[in-house]
Amino acid sequence: MSRDATATRPPSLAAIAARGGPPPAIDRPVKIQAEGLNFYYGGTRALEDISIRIHSNVVTAFIGPSGCGKSTFLRTLNRMNDIIPGTCAEGKVLVDGVDIYKPGVDVVELRRRVGMVFQKSNPFPKSVFDNVAYGLRINGMAGSHSELAARVEESLRQAALWDEVKDRLHDSALAMSGGQQQRLCIARALAVRPDILLMDEPASALDPIATQRIEELVYDLKTTYTILIVTHNMQQAARVSDYTAFFWLGRLIEYDRTEKMFTAPAETLTEDYVTGRFG
Amino acid sequence: MKRFEFLIEWALFLCALLSIGTTVGIIGVLAVETFAFLREVPVTDFLFGTEWTPLFATPRFGVLPLVLGTVLVSTIAMVVALPMGLLSAIYLSEYAPPRVRRLIKPVLEILAGVPTVVYGYFALLFVTPLLQRFIPGLAGFNALGPGIVMGIMIMPLVSSLSEDAMQGVPRGLREGAYALGATRMQTSLRVVLPAAFSGITAACILAGARAVGETMIVAIAAGQQPRLTASPLVPVETMTAYIVQVSLGDTPQGTLEYRTIFAVGMLLFLGTFVLNLISAWLRARYREEYL
Amino acid sequence: MNATARRRALDLLFQLLAMLILCLALGSLAALVATVWSDGADRLSWDFLTGFPSRRAEDAGIWHALAGSMFVILTTGGLAVPIGVASAIYLEEYGTRSLSARIIEFNITNLAAVPSIIYGLLGLWLFVRVMAMGRSVLAGASTLALLVLPVVILSTREALRAVPSSIRESSYALGATKWQTVWHQVLPVALPGILTGVILALSRAIGETAPLISIGALTFVAFAPDSLWSPFTVLPIQIFNWVSRPQLAFQANAAAAILVLLALLLTMNAAAIWLRDRYQKKLV
Repeated sequence: MSRDATATRPPSLAAIAARGGPPPAIDRPVKIQAEGLNFYYGGTRALEDISIRIHSNVVTAFIGPSGCGKSTFLRTLNRMNDIIPGTCAEGKVLVDGVDIYKPGVDVVELRRRVGMVFQKSNPFPKSVFDNVAYGLRINGMAGSHSELAARVEESLRQAALWDEVKDRLHDSALAMSGGQQQRLCIARALAVRPDILLMDEPASALDPIATQRIEELVYDLKTTYTILIVTHNMQQAARVSDYTAFFWLGRLIEYDRTEKMFTAPAETLTEDYVTGRFG
Repeated sequence: MKRFEFLIEWALFLCALLSIGTTVGIIGVLAVETFAFLREVPVTDFLFGTEWTPLFATPRFGVLPLVLGTVLVSTIAMVVALPMGLLSAIYLSEYAPPRVRRLIKPVLEILAGVPTVVYGYFALLFVTPLLQRFIPGLAGFNALGPGIVMGIMIMPLVSSLSEDAMQGVPRGLREGAYALGATRMQTSLRVVLPAAFSGITAACILAGARAVGETMIVAIAAGQQPRLTASPLVPVETMTAYIVQVSLGDTPQGTLEYRTIFAVGMLLFLGTFVLNLISAWLRARYREEYL
Repeated sequence: MNATARRRALDLLFQLLAMLILCLALGSLAALVATVWSDGADRLSWDFLTGFPSRRAEDAGIWHALAGSMFVILTTGGLAVPIGVASAIYLEEYGTRSLSARIIEFNITNLAAVPSIIYGLLGLWLFVRVMAMGRSVLAGASTLALLVLPVVILSTREALRAVPSSIRESSYALGATKWQTVWHQVLPVALPGILTGVILALSRAIGETAPLISIGALTFVAFAPDSLWSPFTVLPIQIFNWVSRPQLAFQANAAAAILVLLALLLTMNAAAIWLRDRYQKKLV
């Protein structure tokens, strides 16, 4: 669909950009679709003409060297970039077929539906319980205290954290280990029942065992959620994701099934990156 | 929900707007009363007259004695505060080990936080008697004692703002000087000080504005006799002390005496405002240079 | 070689001079406290704290002024803190880059440097006369509130700026609105910092004399204020009143009242420092 639009670009770039366009064949419905998305920080273009279709209930990994735009793209999907002054987005991003950059879109509601987990675990300086309950409270999602407690427990169970914290729900979240904090952040995001979960290098600050638990969690969660995960760790992308998208210098270079991306990528740039020749 | 957010933002904005309202209020009040004052007293008499006797039977409204009194006391204060403040800033920024800094900075903060009425007491009942032992002709009320005390009071301001400016000088400049074999003093005086010059000047001007606007020390210790003199040994009256003097009596609203305090206040405001503007401009410039 | 030695000596001399200056500054603080203490310590007594003014210096007390100071400061805080914090929230969290925010910001830095007596003139005209509050606690507190507002705003902004942006991000990511984020997440974290700034601002206000004199706060009020509309006096004005009298006995009263004022200030500052330390530990 973007083949024609990009035909006027210099040939090598055209070839590169075009590759991002057509989605690989899949049997699941399209959950997120970007069309000709450009993104600017002040005067610099951080994303260039991104077009991609992401399917529901699969895990899609975004890989690429630092500054390639993978995190920026992730943050356009819940309009998290809006809070950085001087940024602007052009083009379309459709979530469930609705353009989220259209005027009149309720950003607050969007962010409830599109949950996010950050690179550095950032629990609120409050108790474990209050961390998970916060989203429920502000969104008015729990009428009674027992309902609230039930939802908190459910979310902590989903994040495989319940057994570890059930006896210290009212202790400060900051007293937990890094891996537990990150799973708490996942529980917190799940509590408001999003359909999509954005994860921005969720395990980059964790030790291997904590990382493994997060990866297992991602695998379990994909039956319920559409998960997009940014990672700089290619083994991790290979382990957890069904699809992989490779970004380079703000462009989407290649997007395909993960096995194919890591075994027989179509682009030499992708091949160079996944084999560790740069980045 | 949206509506509530909108209302909150407006309420917050209105609170922020109040500070603009304060400025407008200050300028407006001073302007209205000054204008009324100048309808009765010609502006040239006010600005260039050399006698200030508004409470006499035959009132004279020449503001120069008050202006000169203010300039005199502020000059003495600056003569004390600038060398002390700058030297201590250089010492704290370039020499002092962190432990000494941690000890001295709170003490300087305390010095800056002592109420001015307390400094007034200190000037009247300690510094002036002390000076009288060395200077026989010194009157009980004078410009010297309060000037010195005011200098001590604003010295922490000069010191901390200048230190900030010097800390803003990139380390590379200092290292360059040390690499050429300069001593710390040479580095401080020939490299750091010039590089931080606009910031330090801004600090000094701000301190000057503080001295000009300072009230209680002079109201207590400088006397209340407007006189056109450059002698620090005799009683003088500053613009601020005059406002206090009139406020202590119950001057009826709408009289000419009542308006004099606004006219003098206007002059005071304009003076400090111009100094502040220059200072802000200089600070903006040094930020551009290094930060 | 000789030149190097001379430069070393100069360097040392310079350092000694700077230390001398600092000692001089500290010395004057010591002299100040010592003078006030030796003049006034004898007058400090329970009767002095709880007494009322009198024509005889040895019978006079400061209860009316102490109560007046407390009442005025609490009212000042009640007015300046909500408005100041709200302004700071607007400038830091809402209108960060807008033109109006920049104008307000510039205006606040300028206001912070306007002489306090000018605020007194504004208060005299606006609160005492136009709004007909008279020379009441409310008029005095409103004047002082305008005076400390810039300080409250600037220190609150510092405190808000110190809140890690990750807290804001994760709140937004959960679908919180801006106000929910500010109210539930940012403000609680910034609270100790805000309180520190508020205490410091109020400790400045409690020592202010000039603006209250120029709104005409009476110096011979002989009772403690009992409502917002009562006339009042405050400690600094009582001190000014006593120090202006020629009799030594009244000057001793002034010194004793200064000791009380300094003790009050020291307590407030100690509270602020304690809060600041706790705050710094928490963020690390």
